[in-house]
Amino acid sequence: MAQQASQDVFVANLGKIYGYYTGAFLAFVVVLAILEQLGVPGYVLGYLFVLLTIAVYAGIGYLSRTAQVSEYYVAGRRVPAFYNGMATAADWMSAASFIGMAGSLYAQGYDGLAFILGWTGGYVLVAVLVAPYLRKFGAYTVPDFLAARYGGNFARFIGVIILVSCSFIYLMGQLTGTGLVAARLLGIPFEYGVFVGLVGILVCSMLGGMRAVTWTQVAQYIVLIIAYLIPVVILSTQKTGIPIPQIVYGSILQEITTLERTASYLAPFVGEAKGHATPFWFRDPLNFFGLIFCLMVGTASLPHVIMRFFTTPSVREARQSVGWSLLFIFILYFTAPAYAVFAKYEVFTNVLGRDLSSLQAVAALPSWIFTYGKIGMVKICGANAASPEAVFAACQAVKDAAGNLAPVTTLTFNQFSILPDTVVLATPEIAGLPYVIAGLVAAGGLAAALSTADGLLLAIANALSHDIYYKMLDPQAPTARRLIVARVLLIFVALLAAYTAITLPQGILIFVSWAFSVAASGFFPALVLGVFWKRCTTAGAIAGMIAGYAICVFYMFGTEYYGMARWFQGTWLSRQGLSNIASGVVGIPVAFLVTIVVSLLTKPPSKEMQDFIDQIRIPKGGPVMSEEKPAIAH
Amino acid sequence: MQASPRMEEYWRKTRNLMITSLVIWAIFSFVIHFFVYFLNQIVIGGFPLGFYMAAQGSLIVFVIQIFWFAWKQNKIDEEFGVAEEE
Repeated sequence: MAQQASQDVFVANLGKIYGYYTGAFLAFVVVLAILEQLGVPGYVLGYLFVLLTIAVYAGIGYLSRTAQVSEYYVAGRRVPAFYNGMATAADWMSAASFIGMAGSLYAQGYDGLAFILGWTGGYVLVAVLVAPYLRKFGAYTVPDFLAARYGGNFARFIGVIILVSCSFIYLMGQLTGTGLVAARLLGIPFEYGVFVGLVGILVCSMLGGMRAVTWTQVAQYIVLIIAYLIPVVILSTQKTGIPIPQIVYGSILQEITTLERTASYLAPFVGEAKGHATPFWFRDPLNFFGLIFCLMVGTASLPHVIMRFFTTPSVREARQSVGWSLLFIFILYFTAPAYAVFAKYEVFTNVLGRDLSSLQAVAALPSWIFTYGKIGMVKICGANAASPEAVFAACQAVKDAAGNLAPVTTLTFNQFSILPDTVVLATPEIAGLPYVIAGLVAAGGLAAALSTADGLLLAIANALSHDIYYKMLDPQAPTARRLIVARVLLIFVALLAAYTAITLPQGILIFVSWAFSVAASGFFPALVLGVFWKRCTTAGAIAGMIAGYAICVFYMFGTEYYGMARWFQGTWLSRQGLSNIASGVVGIPVAFLVTIVVSLLTKPPSKEMQDFIDQIRIPKGGPVMSEEKPAIAH
Repeated sequence: MQASPRMEEYWRKTRNLMITSLVIWAIFSFVIHFFVYFLNQIVIGGFPLGFYMAAQGSLIVFVIQIFWFAWKQNKIDEEFGVAEEE
């Protein structure tokens, strides 16, 4: 019991421990800033950032190593609501949120806000419909609940298939993100970058399972939120004199809107119903609201998110913890639109409209353009803006529609393109900050990608080791062997995901959005109706899960890879047709309909099952499922 | 546990809280954004109101709403004696 006691001391001192940790991290940034002033080259700072932060995460993972099943799967159910909120926020915010989102908002304006709304409002559903009840049930994994509520291992097996599909898609996106950041920070090829990230992820999660991942994620949240806020706060102070970007970007937005109406170099916007604050030019209303709906319902269905709420000490704390999670997520999400607006203002005022008629004029463009042009992230006149000479040559060689030489002498919107991911990464350079801040941002992006990958990998490995191996293949397996199987599977899944991410590099945001639709169509009706509708039967839930999952995957693959026409295109509902990142718009209603109809056609659940549901509905009385107690009879 | 009238009353209150929460959620997730063109005519602090609601306003409501829900549900639990013992 010595371990138990030391655990309680640890929990009691969490505030102090993470307070010191935050101080140490800030001191570390200051030391690196001093080193930079002393002339230490940028790539050395990059290595220090990556190696030291990964070493710290790995150290936490090592200190949290465990040989107890409940520690490995649910962190001993001792994580206070506040800290579980931080861990959930890190688990939640991935490379897509940290790096990709501000860039999407830059490119899409109002229509990109579907991601902001969709990735926050879903937590209301988590708090009201899912987390407290699954916490009360006492599951280790989401399929645990499905098996108990829906008649055993067939439902468990379907659950594992859906879980592995959505988590694996999501995990590939994160490994791609890790690879990109490591490559940018260390100057190594993307493939090696993926493996650097992989090592960090494995050390964190392998030895200590959920316990290690929890305490690492709290540490990663602190790094990522500091890294996200510092550059934009400085930029805001420079532009407006007020260090609260989230409030003052309104005035900048006004200036952008004025420019969009008047500036000749913004030809695609002048006199058009387009612009940063103008709705529905990038995404029509069906896709805008459909995407919000899928992302929200998906939030309440993604196993790696739901399982974070299994770790709180009580049902009450599980509910509060959802609030803390969203508060910590909110801090980043309400800052992202400010990033986008500040970056756009810089581009509209300092880049577009500039004279390109001579080499000297081109060389006077802001230097960050060439920094990112060299790595192919900024293009001018259709060529990488690698150097003033390259830009000048490309713009002199531009031809008009008839094929005649028509040199570009003023930089217009159409001749300038910037990859969305550049927005957050380049903000330190835009603000003219020292390299150490750029390194800090990259370290934050790495923390975001690693923390999400940790959670996803653990969700997959737990489903395979706990649900498939222990519950289905070998229920007599001793504890030690179960944990060894979990760790071996962890390595295997990680390598497979890394290999797939390298061979199929794809857009992070598309993959991530798909994962939400798959999870929502597969899990949501079975989870929610399982608690709120006693009449929901085993046959109904299983049919609903299969139908929702199948139609969702069918629509995604059909429209993406097999040339199937988008549904609803050109009808009164939608001019663009339903984009497959919102496939859940089809999948979720089908899943609900099938679940309800089949349930009503089959025999109502037994008296024991009804009592079981009553038990889940009240917080009192401890977990329904436990290691010793067998599942209830059906 | 028996499905006593008292437990039915507990569940009725819990369900009503759930429905209230979902209505607030639906308003700030969808309904208010149907009126974005109208709201954008109102500009506060440089923000067109429709843009502001999607970028910040709804998010603030979600955060407050979850804490409110957690507090309210806990009160219902205590009222019916089904809260967890400390």
